[in-house]
Amino acid sequence: MKRIYVNEEWCLGCHLCEYNCAFANSGLKDMVEALKGKPIFPRIHIEGNEKISYAVSCRHCTDPICVKSCIAGAISNKDGVIVVDKNKCVGCMTCILVCPYGALALNENGVMQKCELCTRNSDGTPACVKGCPNNAIVFEER
Amino acid sequence: MDKFVIIGNGVAAAGCIEGIRSTENEGRITVISEEKHPVYCRPLISYYLEEKTDREKMKYRADGFYESNGCSVIFKKAVSIDKSKRHVILEDGEKVSYTSLCVATGSSPFVPPFEGLDTVKHCFSFMTIDDAEALKKELSKDKDVLIIGAGLIGLKCAEGIGDRAKSVTVCDLAGRILSSILDDDCAAIMQKRLEDSGIAFMLGDSAVKFDGNKAIMKSGKTVKFDILVIAVGVRANSALIRDIGGNVNRGITVDKYGKTSVKNIYAAGDCTECVDYSDGMNKVIAIMPNAYIGGFTAGVNMAGGKTEFANPIPMNSIGFFGIHAMTAGSYDGELFEDRSENTIRRFFTKDGRLIGFMLVGCNERAGIYTSLIRERIPLSTLNFDMLRKTADFTSFSAESRKHVFGGEI
Repeated sequence: MKRIYVNEEWCLGCHLCEYNCAFANSGLKDMVEALKGKPIFPRIHIEGNEKISYAVSCRHCTDPICVKSCIAGAISNKDGVIVVDKNKCVGCMTCILVCPYGALALNENGVMQKCELCTRNSDGTPACVKGCPNNAIVFEER
Repeated sequence: MDKFVIIGNGVAAAGCIEGIRSTENEGRITVISEEKHPVYCRPLISYYLEEKTDREKMKYRADGFYESNGCSVIFKKAVSIDKSKRHVILEDGEKVSYTSLCVATGSSPFVPPFEGLDTVKHCFSFMTIDDAEALKKELSKDKDVLIIGAGLIGLKCAEGIGDRAKSVTVCDLAGRILSSILDDDCAAIMQKRLEDSGIAFMLGDSAVKFDGNKAIMKSGKTVKFDILVIAVGVRANSALIRDIGGNVNRGITVDKYGKTSVKNIYAAGDCTECVDYSDGMNKVIAIMPNAYIGGFTAGVNMAGGKTEFANPIPMNSIGFFGIHAMTAGSYDGELFEDRSENTIRRFFTKDGRLIGFMLVGCNERAGIYTSLIRERIPLSTLNFDMLRKTADFTSFSAESRKHVFGGEI
């Protein structure tokens, strides 16, 4: 299965992936309207220090503990893509407590969100990958 | 053809069904359910009370779950097991035969023998959706509620009731709330938020007897109430195994494969006890993730596969009125602490490894810490001083980052 992988040696720490992610998931057509002057809630985030930086998003693990731990039955595995049913999530954050990669966070409404590989909103290539200026984020089989 | 039988219909049972089906598709699965509902999300009953969810959303699995897994459900109580004839006997005498059996009977509220409890008109437990429905029906804005027990169940119940009653008072013999998972300082922060939201506490004090709508406390005080909720604790439902001579302590003893001491019988979930990976002690770890994983593990092994649940640890994510605490593992180790006015981060280490933590008001990416406990990662391989302050992968080696973000995991 194709997943998102990062190469920290190439990451510039520019945070464009965060903006592209928030825009792609906003449902809006205009990036300015979607993001300008608002706090953004991307499903990918940049970690780093003065020496390195890299993007973190859901690893879509082969044995995802978030799915097994969700007390609301709201996280499931759809053909390898781990997805959240926002309608069922109660925001208990058990998934945050168990995810070894820190890949989940609450959205602006207190409901859990995570990378779903842009399966619900784009043409097949995740927005973070498409917009990465240095190819530090890729979408491929490994 | 194999006949898989599961006693119980909670999350451990759902995990068991999915574990069996991940391994084989031929055998017939029969679920024996005392509760008259398909599997639902039990921990959501307080959210139901609060009207943050509903019966439809509380379904743990989609409609058609049992049918699509070749599974039938008998809505009756199992009263005994005949281990030599290999069948389960139901309340009406019906027998259900098995080739392998999983006991996933959960736990029941423990109600101490209070003097005069029979004089209380409206007394509830808070374990099942039926309990929540009954309590909801009785609630109104002119009623005072007394909850005995300031643990996870009692406090989630208090939050769920919120302003749907005239008052909510919680008492507990322990001197702090959530005494099984938090220490004094962490509990105090949580308690303050609950108090600010209108919940009253009587700690270090509890009811000793009842007289109608009056509780007489250990301290001699009396508390008037219209509705009483008893949430002092739960007991594993282990009688079916104890009655046939299987090993039972506080819960049914299982190994890492989910096997009990009785041939062809497995067990999973809140009715079991297992070895806590963080401190090596035998205990009942009644939390939903472990119920699912234990059930799944048992299911795979029942169906002829081989898998183990080697690292169960206690872990809780619990919030009230917007403040959240996360805890995991055990606390008998060297303490490292970072705190600010409204947040506490406490970490406990032993033999160069993280064995437990408490986080209040700061939970971002806490799973990175949990994973250090569950995977027993030596702290010498990372920068623990940095990691304690911020949970992220900058504190790990470039090699481990490459493994996590550069390959399939």
